[in-house]
Amino acid sequence: MNKNHRVPSSRSLSAVEVKSKFGAEFRRFSLDRSKPGRFDEFYGLLQHVHRIPNVELLVGYADVHGDLLPINNDDNYHKAISTASPLLRLFLHRKEEADYTTFGTDSLTRKKNTVLSAVLLRPDANKKKPPVIISLPRDFRPVSSIIDVDILPETHRRVRLYKHGQEKPLGFYIRDGSSVRVTPQGLEKVPGIFISRMVPGGLAESTGLLAVNDEVLEVNGIEVAGKSLDQVTDMMIANSHNLIITVKPANQRNNVVRSGGGGGGGAASGSSGRSSDSGASYYGYSSPGGVGAAASMPTHIIQNFPVGEIESDEEDEDLVIEVGGEAEPIRRTGSNYSMPSLPRYEPHLNLRSATTSTLAMERRSLEEDGTVITL
Amino acid sequence: MKRFRRHGQESQRDRLKQELFQFNKTVEHGFPHQPSALGYSPSLQLLAIGTRSGAIKLYGAPGVEFMGLHDENAAVTQVHFLPHQVELVTLLDDNSLHMWTLRAHKGLSELLEIGRFTLTGPPGAPPSVTRVTAVLPHSSGELLLLGTEGGHVFIVEVPGFRELEERNISLDQVASSVPDDYIGRRNLEHVEALQENPVNPNQVVIGYGRGLMVVWDLEKQCQLESVWWTEDGGYILSSHSDGSYCRWMVGVDDVNEEEEKSDIPYGHFPCKAIMKIIQLPTEDGPPFLLFSGGMPRASYGDRHCITVIHGKTHVALDFTSRIIDFFVITDGLQQKGDPSALVVLVEEELVVIDLQTEGWPVIQTPYLVPLHSSAITCSHHVSAIPFKLWERISSVGELQNTHYSKKPWPITGGQSLAPDPPQRDLLLTGHEDGTVRFWDASGVCLSPMYKLSTAGVFDTDADPNDNMNQGTEGEWPPFRKVGCFDPYSDDPRLGIQKIHLCKYSGYLTVAGTAGQILVMELNDEAAEQTVEAKVVDLLQGQEGFRWKGHTRLDVREEPVLFPPGFQPFALVQCQPPAVVTALNLHSEWKLVAFGTSHGFGLFDYQQKNNVFVKCTLNPSDQLAMEGPLSRVKSIKKSLRQSFRRIRRSRVSLRKHHVNNAAKLQEANARLEAELAEMELAPVQRKIEARSSDDSFTGLVRTLYFADTFLSDSSHNSPSLWAGTNGGCVFAYMLRLPPVEHRADEPITAHPAKEIQLMHRAPVVGIVVLDGHGAPLPEPLEVAHDLARSPEMQGSHHLLVISEEQFKVFTLPKVSAKMKLKLTAIDGSRVRRVGVAWFGSNRSEDYGESGLVVLTNQGDLHVVSLPSVKLQVQYPCIRKEDVSGIASCVFTKHGQGFYLISPSEFERFSLSTRCLVEPRCLVGAPLHSGPQRRPQTDGISYCHILFAEVLQEIQKSLEGDQT
Repeated sequence: MNKNHRVPSSRSLSAVEVKSKFGAEFRRFSLDRSKPGRFDEFYGLLQHVHRIPNVELLVGYADVHGDLLPINNDDNYHKAISTASPLLRLFLHRKEEADYTTFGTDSLTRKKNTVLSAVLLRPDANKKKPPVIISLPRDFRPVSSIIDVDILPETHRRVRLYKHGQEKPLGFYIRDGSSVRVTPQGLEKVPGIFISRMVPGGLAESTGLLAVNDEVLEVNGIEVAGKSLDQVTDMMIANSHNLIITVKPANQRNNVVRSGGGGGGGAASGSSGRSSDSGASYYGYSSPGGVGAAASMPTHIIQNFPVGEIESDEEDEDLVIEVGGEAEPIRRTGSNYSMPSLPRYEPHLNLRSATTSTLAMERRSLEEDGTVITL
Repeated sequence: MKRFRRHGQESQRDRLKQELFQFNKTVEHGFPHQPSALGYSPSLQLLAIGTRSGAIKLYGAPGVEFMGLHDENAAVTQVHFLPHQVELVTLLDDNSLHMWTLRAHKGLSELLEIGRFTLTGPPGAPPSVTRVTAVLPHSSGELLLLGTEGGHVFIVEVPGFRELEERNISLDQVASSVPDDYIGRRNLEHVEALQENPVNPNQVVIGYGRGLMVVWDLEKQCQLESVWWTEDGGYILSSHSDGSYCRWMVGVDDVNEEEEKSDIPYGHFPCKAIMKIIQLPTEDGPPFLLFSGGMPRASYGDRHCITVIHGKTHVALDFTSRIIDFFVITDGLQQKGDPSALVVLVEEELVVIDLQTEGWPVIQTPYLVPLHSSAITCSHHVSAIPFKLWERISSVGELQNTHYSKKPWPITGGQSLAPDPPQRDLLLTGHEDGTVRFWDASGVCLSPMYKLSTAGVFDTDADPNDNMNQGTEGEWPPFRKVGCFDPYSDDPRLGIQKIHLCKYSGYLTVAGTAGQILVMELNDEAAEQTVEAKVVDLLQGQEGFRWKGHTRLDVREEPVLFPPGFQPFALVQCQPPAVVTALNLHSEWKLVAFGTSHGFGLFDYQQKNNVFVKCTLNPSDQLAMEGPLSRVKSIKKSLRQSFRRIRRSRVSLRKHHVNNAAKLQEANARLEAELAEMELAPVQRKIEARSSDDSFTGLVRTLYFADTFLSDSSHNSPSLWAGTNGGCVFAYMLRLPPVEHRADEPITAHPAKEIQLMHRAPVVGIVVLDGHGAPLPEPLEVAHDLARSPEMQGSHHLLVISEEQFKVFTLPKVSAKMKLKLTAIDGSRVRRVGVAWFGSNRSEDYGESGLVVLTNQGDLHVVSLPSVKLQVQYPCIRKEDVSGIASCVFTKHGQGFYLISPSEFERFSLSTRCLVEPRCLVGAPLHSGPQRRPQTDGISYCHILFAEVLQEIQKSLEGDQT
């Protein structure tokens, strides 16, 4: 919703307006979009304009989706410059106070006491890392992941797609079909739901985790067996902000092999500690001029998420606009008021404690079971 | 799940659920879809209708109705009651015969299937030998004569269906006993008719298709359609496919081959067949002759007529649809008296004509009324109508019914044991032709009360003086239109889309297809007035749009005379004139809120002034602008049309036997190519999150008035809430002037809140819950002392129902408190929702409010309030039955209605306390003739007068049979 608030700048497109915040202080300056320079020059410039020459900084910026992302190398610096339109908002923090967890998807909104609005971004932490090129996985925004590897049969794959805050479409289609199951009575043909098409450039395709003719077995932990195509469509759309689908891939050769393999896990039985060790993928950072090597090889992240992340209530943060108490004259109310002069955005979140409905409780507990074992 | 269950509480809750909820499909209102057979039992005074879907329905006195369904999904082709019994036999399309009985069970009669039978011919015989074409239940009640396509007559003992092979009348027997010159070389064809001699039950006339009638072997060369034995047994009437009928004298003991009289009533030019003929005597006068069909083929071949001739009176009753069957009810216990009523089943309605009153007026039917006389476009239910309003509506309704016969309903079988309905309920149906019909929905019979037409307000193409009944003097045949089925709408824009009636004030508002909103008031006198239209621009200066839909209706400039009843006094016309999608009326504040796909507005009907308008249209939503002709549809349409074109070209090629084989092949190839293309693209669904750019996000789905805490928690104020298709809720605070200045000070409204649900699912319902968690009462309900005033002390809550979830917010600060997800869990979506009160069947004073929900899967749910938890779930409608699901309407007491066909409402109940279902009893008829009666001890079968005794007998009968 926040994209509507961005007004295209009438100024020359070559200049990038920068608003940099350190503590309570703001600095404004501009950069030439075509010649951004290198990151360490930029870092020096920031220290200079804030007059903090000897302070180690963590630099973060708000991207177009309102996510707080780090700037710590040339690539993400160029990306930040090239996507800033028109304003680049920077958030500086002392390195020693740094809280790395603030970066990532919806880092600006996940914290319950922050404001959900790109207009009023108010991050309370931003960091700068020393110019080490390899940063921690949490510095990246997850796009997709394979989860629950340890509790699923090897032939199945549970994929989580992070739609929230992205402009990219989910980008896939499903169809009816039939699959063969092994039952006590022998082989049996049963109806199933399959992925029928991928939209080029969509989220589903870019992850590489889903493919045409994969059979859909579950949607967010609910089995789809016995449900119609329309029902499954509605379930997926209802969960589209945080879609977890369990598939039986048509191509069974790329399955995650549980014993050994992969990266550094090593231990054949223990699955704990395997999170994010078999490689990482992120998309979206390959600026046209950038290196973009990482984006071109979408490998899989295997992650086990804490419970709270899976039962994400982000989707429920309905936007409430309280219109100022004093009335406009009646004759004017007919005019478009949907952009009030001074809207007060009120964040509100679900009280997750006792008030959550039984169904939601049930679901959470299910998911808890799925991940608690692995942590 | 079990972990979280606090055991004691849960089991108590489960018990409470059983006391509050149960699901029953209770009664079907309206006219059966696609009737195919008619039967009548003069002794039981029961009418039976079979349908093409295999249903059999019995009707007696109002309130007495039974329904049965054959397991076979085959059409019922014939229904015959066994004379003087409570059994009836049905013949289905698949050649199976079924025996049904009315059996007493716990003091009520039930319709039960007790046997089925299919004729088995000799081994190796073709199926036509046993294909049943005519059924005669013999007056002995023990025999069934079955005429077949092969010309045989099989005799079967009933009940039990034992074939009496030795008594069969085979074709050979007939052929050998009939002189050769009657038989000729040709086959006799199938048995067309079987009739029993009313005086001598041992004589039966068999009418063969080719025209031969046996046992009295008379012959005519033209194809026979029907035979009738006159009451005294002295004559046989036969009707023929050339539109003629003959009367034959039946000789006492010898062959009489002289036809007494032959006539083609509408002769000279070729006529259509007379399908059925009946002659009935009167005590002191000429007999009644009734026959169906026989119209001159060229000029009136398309009419559906029954001709009634009585002395010099000759009328051709012209019906609205195809005649299925008819029968005549006669006076007197032995059915020997004068004919009193003609009962005609046509495809779309049942018409009963009073034959004893001058002019033969129609008797209004108390049930089986065609709901679909014009297609139903919406419905609205109002529970517990105050007596005064009820009286006024029924008295204005009676003024519309003066052309009906004053005679009571002639079909009086059985007795209804259903208790009087506890309250008076109204069901309002809106129709395509701009009418609103008011139905008494209190009890088992859905009977019409009043019909309101809104077409008079507008100038339409139809000329009001275009009278269909213009029967010029001396016209031949002497037609008379009967029946009310009239599916042809003059102007589709007149269609009614939304209805809201305030039962306390008698104000009614209806809204239609072309954005028209009428506010009406009940007036007992006729009045002439001009209705001024107020055009409201919902676009509010949004630019770049072009409305491609229909135009606004033209309002009549001159004063219009409105008959007593609901009379319009204000009219709002939306611009663009899109379908009104939401409507609400607050009679206490005298405000009407309306919404379309472009926005919503608030109209003050006291000052006749629009208070405000809000445009909800997304500027990028082109589809909403284009009106009903959307692009998506037109693609589908063009595809369908191209298919039709191809098929047509194929057919026409074949028809004309073009020897140009290449052309035909080419057409075939083209068709196959297109078909292959269709098959290659499988049905697939796109998985995409909803976005604000989707189409029709601005469509207003629901409007709600509430007096609640909108700005701060200490002052409540009137408010208007609107929910859109895009998951957005708008709240407006209303400022009403004090009552004494209500007429002159303006009402003001200002926006107070806007909630965008993140899941963006369409908002289908908004309810404000008071401090006790109970839904706010209806306007004026408290003023009439019919509801306690809402609790204003505790904090109010806002319940927003979207298609995907139920969510409770606090008020005045809107923050989410709890929610229930539906779609994310099981993939179903909310289609209909209503607030209902459920009373416990255990304790009189306990009850709860709940949400009744119908999903797109056809399941009914009850969701508790204010805790939004699923209570119960019942499957109700097939999920493929989209129109049934869309037509569903809930009552305030846990019942509901939905269309099971274009002409029938099914009534269901979710409540243990509120249950409207037929409860009736049919006694075995008194008859001194031969009867099949088991010898049970101690009970005399004669002179049974009381229902109790009858029940006992039926119970003992039951006992014997089991």
